[in-house]
Amino acid sequence: MATKKFKCKVCGYVHEGNEAPEKCPLCGAPKSEFEEIVEGGAAPAKKGIDTGSNVYTIIYAAVMVIVVAFLLVFVSSTLKPRQDANVVNDTKKQILASLNLRNVADVKAEYDKCVKADMLMQADGSLVPYDGQFNTSYNSEFGKGQYHVFQAQVDGQDKFIIPMVGQGLWGAIWGYVALDADRNTIYGIYFSHASETPGLGAEIKENIKFQESFQGKMIVNNGAVDLDVVKSGKADKSSPFEVDGVTGATMTSNGVDAMIDKVLSSYIPFLAAQCPLNDACSQEAEVESID
Amino acid sequence: MANKNNEALKQPVWLNNPVVVQILGICSALAVTSQLKPAIVMGLSVTVIVAMSNVIISLLRNTIPNRIRIIVQLVVVAALVTIVSEILKAFAYDVSVQLSVYIGLIITNCILMGRLEAFAMQNGPWESFLDGIGNGLGYAFILIVVAFVRELFGSGKLFGFQVVPQWCYDHGYLNNGFMIMAPMALILVGCVIWIHRSINKDLQEK
Repeated sequence: MATKKFKCKVCGYVHEGNEAPEKCPLCGAPKSEFEEIVEGGAAPAKKGIDTGSNVYTIIYAAVMVIVVAFLLVFVSSTLKPRQDANVVNDTKKQILASLNLRNVADVKAEYDKCVKADMLMQADGSLVPYDGQFNTSYNSEFGKGQYHVFQAQVDGQDKFIIPMVGQGLWGAIWGYVALDADRNTIYGIYFSHASETPGLGAEIKENIKFQESFQGKMIVNNGAVDLDVVKSGKADKSSPFEVDGVTGATMTSNGVDAMIDKVLSSYIPFLAAQCPLNDACSQEAEVESID
Repeated sequence: MANKNNEALKQPVWLNNPVVVQILGICSALAVTSQLKPAIVMGLSVTVIVAMSNVIISLLRNTIPNRIRIIVQLVVVAALVTIVSEILKAFAYDVSVQLSVYIGLIITNCILMGRLEAFAMQNGPWESFLDGIGNGLGYAFILIVVAFVRELFGSGKLFGFQVVPQWCYDHGYLNNGFMIMAPMALILVGCVIWIHRSINKDLQEK
């Protein structure tokens, strides 16, 4: 004997019987609002469990949570080593970008070829080798008071690379600046960001021209960091200490400016330790000795 | 049956478009359409995730307790998005960097919940899969239209390449900065709905 099922189109109430009820017992909708549910194939015979009961609901929820939790833990733990390797690789790629080596095919080989050592700056500005693991978050390193400097060589010339971290408009921004052997002239720079606006703030990463506009600029003047990112179009072209910001992204540009100021200021002992060809530098050395 | 499947796939692309007819997924449509590339990436990711979660929910539909069905749907979608994001991080790192914040936005996309609740809970896996693909593509289509206009007039570029020639700028042409802002996306979506309704007269409300 097959009982038919009728579903109320208004509230979803299902009535079982040979005919639709005159009135829906839940919402009071008339008979015309009911439609017959036609089960596909021979399925209806197997409806054993009441999926509406409390016990079923609780067990269902518990099982679902446990299954999903195990699945996520499994996926996350099996993929972790691979992901970490990718992050390390990406960090190295960014460091290479600061040396104006972009779109490198084999990042690891190129990095090993160019970057000679990962050093830590001491309070007096001297460098000692760093023997820990390769870092991917320099924010926490600065927090621990560890100031990294990478020694690199490009075409036989020594370069120093300093990691930077800061705050953009929406989230974190970071970058790497490569300096010439005089520890003042910028050889190349790379910026990236977590969540700046595409087309505006995100241009600090996408717009290679913006990054290239830092080349040849200088950082230290009279013992302090003097490199400024100013409002787009306002930079004095003859000054070695001014760079145009990104058009329409003043907040992000200010973030870049603040990042350069803040991070490189803590590197002053290192930047000022060697003073070739720079008059400002000798004055600054005196200031340092008075301190 | 084949005809119904065809409908499930084709309807959402134009006549029952998730964005302009169902008015779902507007929030993410505003967020990712200032340039074409993120818009396309987002459109494709949503397509994949809607199709997959539609299939899973459709397979489970007879076992899901009615009272906690929304939570079950949410858990399935969130788990799926997390797993896809983990896999991308491990095997396609560059793509995952590009998707960055958008991958999280997928979970909050109303199209997912809308289709799960309205379609996958009542239909079989294959139809649900097609419905997911159709809705994803419909969503992607609108994103691409809006992103095209916004990137062209907002930054004079398409896919990051300069298309408005330099001499236009020399003669005083300026990029419309307002195009990049989110309010303009809303206005553009409004315009798309307007055009869509004037083509499909039967959708107009009296």
